[in-house]
Amino acid sequence: MSESRTGPSIDLTMTADPNRADYRVISQMIPNGAKVLDVGSGDGALIALLKQENNIDARGIEISQKGVSLAVSRGISVVQGDADEDLFHYPDNGFDYVVLSQTIQATRRPEIVLRELLRIGRHAIVSFPNFGFWRMRAHLLFKGEMPVTEDLPYTWFDSPNIHFCTIRDFFGLCDHVDARIENYVALGASRRPLPDSWPLAVKNIAGEQAVFLLTRKSE
Amino acid sequence: MSQSTIISDPLTSSLKEAREPSGQVVRFGPDEGLAMDAGAKLAPFQIAYQTYGTLNSDKSNAVLVCHALTGDQHVATNNPITGKPGWWESMVGPGKPVDTNRFFVICSNVIGGCMGSSGPANETVDGVPYGLGFPVVTIKDMVNAQARLVDHLGIDRLFAVIGGSMGGMQVLQWAVSYPERVYAAVPIATAARHTSQNIAFHEVGRQAVMADPDWHGGDYYSFGVRPTKGLAVARMAAHITYLSEGALHRKFGRNLQERDDITFGFEADFQIESYLRHQGMSFVDRFDANSYLYMTRAMDYFDLAREFGGKLAHAFDQTSTRFCCVSFSSDWLFPTSENRAVVHALNAAGANVSFLEVDTDKGHDAFLLEIPELFDTVGGFVRAAADELGLAETA
Repeated sequence: MSESRTGPSIDLTMTADPNRADYRVISQMIPNGAKVLDVGSGDGALIALLKQENNIDARGIEISQKGVSLAVSRGISVVQGDADEDLFHYPDNGFDYVVLSQTIQATRRPEIVLRELLRIGRHAIVSFPNFGFWRMRAHLLFKGEMPVTEDLPYTWFDSPNIHFCTIRDFFGLCDHVDARIENYVALGASRRPLPDSWPLAVKNIAGEQAVFLLTRKSE
Repeated sequence: MSQSTIISDPLTSSLKEAREPSGQVVRFGPDEGLAMDAGAKLAPFQIAYQTYGTLNSDKSNAVLVCHALTGDQHVATNNPITGKPGWWESMVGPGKPVDTNRFFVICSNVIGGCMGSSGPANETVDGVPYGLGFPVVTIKDMVNAQARLVDHLGIDRLFAVIGGSMGGMQVLQWAVSYPERVYAAVPIATAARHTSQNIAFHEVGRQAVMADPDWHGGDYYSFGVRPTKGLAVARMAAHITYLSEGALHRKFGRNLQERDDITFGFEADFQIESYLRHQGMSFVDRFDANSYLYMTRAMDYFDLAREFGGKLAHAFDQTSTRFCCVSFSSDWLFPTSENRAVVHALNAAGANVSFLEVDTDKGHDAFLLEIPELFDTVGGFVRAAADELGLAETA
């Protein structure tokens, strides 16, 4: 691997947990039998879960040698690659769903990556940590330092996460790239979905992470 | 002068192996010729091969291993000329990633080779060696010949086709020429076309062979000599391309060969020189110089996209074969970028593909070495695919 490839490989530890809160939400968004591409697939935990629960045909893209090797030896098809570099080669509408879980904040060009997801997939599912979460705000407000949490344990200078956003920010990006938000779920500190009825402003404070289901507006 | 070219045991034994192989061989008669890309029909012709493991009752557990430029069918048996262990014994065997307890493994010498399949060292029906009269061979010809062998064995579909380097080219060609006959494909350290730089290195090798006065325009068999010096130089140059600068530096550095100081002469002062000379000289004992010309040419001519309007993805349209591609980070002969181009084409074709770049400083030859990431990935891929197909754990 070239030296420049860092980043999501570190997420291996995060994706190794099949009970990860956003995985459950993601698997509920995908109907049985769908064809899925998981971008940043780690060791293949989400794909394995989807195969088991949703009987889906899934492929992955993963940056780390270890993650690819683990996934392939479990019978999962994964290409060693990079969301910023390798999505370009996939055909339009090649998949029913393209998933980018906890990875968009580590991409160099989130806008282009999201456009690519919407081109390749009829649906895109994006999950990310919400920087508008109250604890993040409090950390910055009271400590005056960049937040370091259990889920995001990196200091600002060694973090692979280079493009943080809030739930409200992500609404802005969706609008910018002509994505229609079919559904979005904010997960609270308890890792459980916050009630749908809560307004965005509240979810943006109470939500620790969010999962968005998107389609193209033009269709 | 001609000391090194006096007929010696290696010559007779290698010529004998080329014409009357000591292992398994299938012979196709005058009316069973092989139509070749060059326009010629090769008839009669023979394919020398080895098999390992047991073919199951529905003939669904066959794995074809394709060898590289100077490889042969002795993937997991001792080489009859050198007596050395098979070239991929770490990969193929009982309990190995390509498990011969589970799979029936076939490896054949390629057409144009010199280990018993028809090639330039073989004799025509008139009893004279082909020499350069042998039709120029392509990767596709090699694969078509292998398909004849697979037919002969009564096998309809191969469970897997696996190979590195030129063997990887054959794997790709198999997937394109016979997509319905390949369930899983493992092309390692390879490319869908030979690059200009690779053609350049091959041309240096060929010119070295042809510049040797003992080559005699390819007719050296009739003179009882062999262009050993030219072939050794070709091998030395090629061998450098199989390694990496880092590996060479680590292994040899500027170490001197059995001496305390440089000698101000042209003997092999440095260990790397001695090593390369040894590589060159041991190669000529087991390999036919004309075969070397044919093999290198076959690789040069390889360009999988050519028949598909230059669009590699079209070569894989509608493929149902599952692929596992592997490259090595320090391979500059078949760099990751060339392997990745294959992966991108497969992605564009919507194929089921996995790809791994193994981080190593061992260069192109890494595919022959026991590297855990390579073995885990290939072994795991093959096992998972076999499970999916429902192949029994033991044949």
